[in-house]
Amino acid sequence: MKFAILVSEGPYTHQATDTAFLFAQAVLAKGHEIFRVFFYHDGVYNATRLTTPPQDDRNIVKRWTKLAEENNLDMVVCVAAAQRRGIVDDGEMKRNGKDATNLAEPFRISGLGQLIEAGIQADRLVVFGD
Amino acid sequence: MTTKQFMIVNRKAPYGTIYGWEALEVVLIAAAFEQDVSMAFLDDGVYQLKKGHQTKGIEIKAFEKTFGALEDYDVTKIYVDQESLTERGLTADDLTIAVEVLSRAEIGKRMEEQDIVLSF
Repeated sequence: MKFAILVSEGPYTHQATDTAFLFAQAVLAKGHEIFRVFFYHDGVYNATRLTTPPQDDRNIVKRWTKLAEENNLDMVVCVAAAQRRGIVDDGEMKRNGKDATNLAEPFRISGLGQLIEAGIQADRLVVFGD
Repeated sequence: MTTKQFMIVNRKAPYGTIYGWEALEVVLIAAAFEQDVSMAFLDDGVYQLKKGHQTKGIEIKAFEKTFGALEDYDVTKIYVDQESLTERGLTADDLTIAVEVLSRAEIGKRMEEQDIVLSF
């Protein structure tokens, strides 16, 4: 089955992001496909490479990026939600005259249309939020 | 393009959190993608539709007017939970746009018909 995942809460504050990750892992382990993971609302904070949790805690950002790299996952951060919350890639840095970027690879910033497309293309769009 | 039925479910008050506003952005984009979009308002979500948002004091942009524009995007299926209205002393007359007031069970049925339910 082809899944899409929406993550709409921030890391550490809310368990939604942990559950989404564990779900994604389980989906792939069972041999299913993930069309896209989309990050919205505070979910965009899952994509900052500046996250530095204590050493004995899970690193939520690194965990996503590792899963994505190993499985060629498409992880998309909503551009409007990211701009509001200061999640910046090279393109956004130049466009908005900022002096830094913080988007972890291989996350990418794109529009909400990518969420709608994921809904259209996937057999199931699973929402992890409050 | 494939058309699917998208229902955006609003459960939270209009201000205090950003869920209501960012849910509305999803509605507008889904409509721009020519999807079959409906909205359901439950719990404190019904306050989003209440007439007369005055947000000057909290210095947050009011988005009440955006509901009036939904018709221009062909978003006309707006369902409101009767029980949630009653619990809060509201009726359809208190709302800023025309809606379909349905029982909780009826909203549940509409949810079941959807391809995608996005709950905010």
